[in-house]
Amino acid sequence: MTRTARDRALAAATGLCVALVLGMLLVVVGEIVRHGWPQLSWAFLTDQPTADMTGGGIFPAIYGTVALTLLMTVAVVPMGVATAVWLHEYAGRSSRLAAVVRAAVHNLAGVPSIVFGLFGLGFFVLFLGGSIDDLVYGDPTRPVWGKPGVLWAALTLAVLTLPVVIVTTEEALRAVPRDLREAALGLGATRLQTVVRVVLPNARAGILTGLILAVSRGAGEVAPILFTGAANFLPYLPSDLRDMFMHLGYHVFVLATQSPNVEAARPALYGTVLVLLVLTLSLNVAAVWLRSRYRAALRS
Amino acid sequence: MPAKMATRGLSVWYGSKRAIQDVTLDVEENAVTALIGPSGCGKSTFLRTLNRMNDLVEGCRVEGVVTLDGEDVYGRDVDAVAVRRRVGMVFQKSNPFPRSIFENVAFGLRIAGMRDRQTLAARVEESLRDAALWDEVKDRLGDSALALSGGQQQRLCIARALAVRPEVVLMDEPASALDPIATARIEELIRELKRRYTIVIVTHSMQQAARVSDFTAFFYMGELVEYGPTERIFTRPIQKRTEEYITGRFG
Repeated sequence: MTRTARDRALAAATGLCVALVLGMLLVVVGEIVRHGWPQLSWAFLTDQPTADMTGGGIFPAIYGTVALTLLMTVAVVPMGVATAVWLHEYAGRSSRLAAVVRAAVHNLAGVPSIVFGLFGLGFFVLFLGGSIDDLVYGDPTRPVWGKPGVLWAALTLAVLTLPVVIVTTEEALRAVPRDLREAALGLGATRLQTVVRVVLPNARAGILTGLILAVSRGAGEVAPILFTGAANFLPYLPSDLRDMFMHLGYHVFVLATQSPNVEAARPALYGTVLVLLVLTLSLNVAAVWLRSRYRAALRS
Repeated sequence: MPAKMATRGLSVWYGSKRAIQDVTLDVEENAVTALIGPSGCGKSTFLRTLNRMNDLVEGCRVEGVVTLDGEDVYGRDVDAVAVRRRVGMVFQKSNPFPRSIFENVAFGLRIAGMRDRQTLAARVEESLRDAALWDEVKDRLGDSALALSGGQQQRLCIARALAVRPEVVLMDEPASALDPIATARIEELIRELKRRYTIVIVTHSMQQAARVSDFTAFFYMGELVEYGPTERIFTRPIQKRTEEYITGRFG
């Protein structure tokens, strides 16, 4: 083959792959929107499920997802940001411990999410919750903390999303000009003052991006909450950290496989998937937008 | 009169590379001392050793003695933060915080624990006046510092350094990124400030050193080649290398 022919063949092959990827995305999203859209209504978003979940709405699942994600955020942000600050601002470039922590963070990111679910069950629910029960109540037959609940599920998700927050925060810290740190230190600021008053405020857009990425990742995960707090169906909304909760992702699983009448549950299933998709997609779009704004601000 | 700051046998290493070799020098009080020399001669490193800014550079090692009012700056019980409050710094590239003009100048005061609004406002005004910037910004103290011109930003950085009332002000090529008019204003300011402050300035412009300084130190390859009153250094240098440098034969 001549050089131009080879070039053309390669262009065609790569173009085909792009078309394939776009096509798959289009089919998936198109199917969901086509079937899910008619299902969407104010009532669907604000009502309880009825008739074995084939009717009514999905409000408890939306509520549970939001509550879970908020709790996760409260747990993961301080821990993730603090870790990144230590890695980037305190640990030296040649620190062995920092290298180990970084490797651990990257490995954490590669762990399958079901493993996090089992870890959550073993560590948070049984060990942590169980220990609290032993110490405070002493009656193993009636667990108060040692059973699945929204707090344990949120903490499990926090561990899962921790790498995202650490990595993006560290990237954001790296983007803060050295000049600004030196300016602060040259004025007699301590390291802590420099971090709190100069570095973190200047990295906040990047940190926010990491947070949104973590939320969009966490909001869609089902495996970690399977054993740690998600419920099939609850007649009430969770009002306590120890309550179980309904969840959009888990609701999809339940509607698809656990319903007594799968056919009847299908419209609700499509509607739920659409809501979940819109939620995570808009969070991702927000993260991308924030990041591009942040990069533009840095360049100017 | 004893020197305000002094070094004795000062050597600085970055890893295994020696950047400063055995420098002994006295910085006179209420005078401007200029450090000149070709790029990479160690003048900036020397400057940053005076207020322990090099502590933050990994692999940097300091040997010898640096004193401030006769007290060892690198002494075991001496806090680098306390040193930097007494020995302020203005950098080559103006580096205002992305905040308001007022907050930039107030930064050092706030981190030192000053809360009272009136005192803060008074000190900010005084510092901006000292830096010859007050008249240009007094009506827009709440505006972002980044909206100022390059020369104004650098004077803002000087005001910010002066606000904490340091005793010594280190300036690392403070006018190298500025146009001639802005440079002239900074130089005028330096001559004005030496009445109350001790100033050490790194410059790659020999004309600038001649215009603003009382003493000049010529660095070459990490060594202090010659040091003395500016007038003598520029008219009757003793070392051959100094003469070659100031007459423009290398560097």
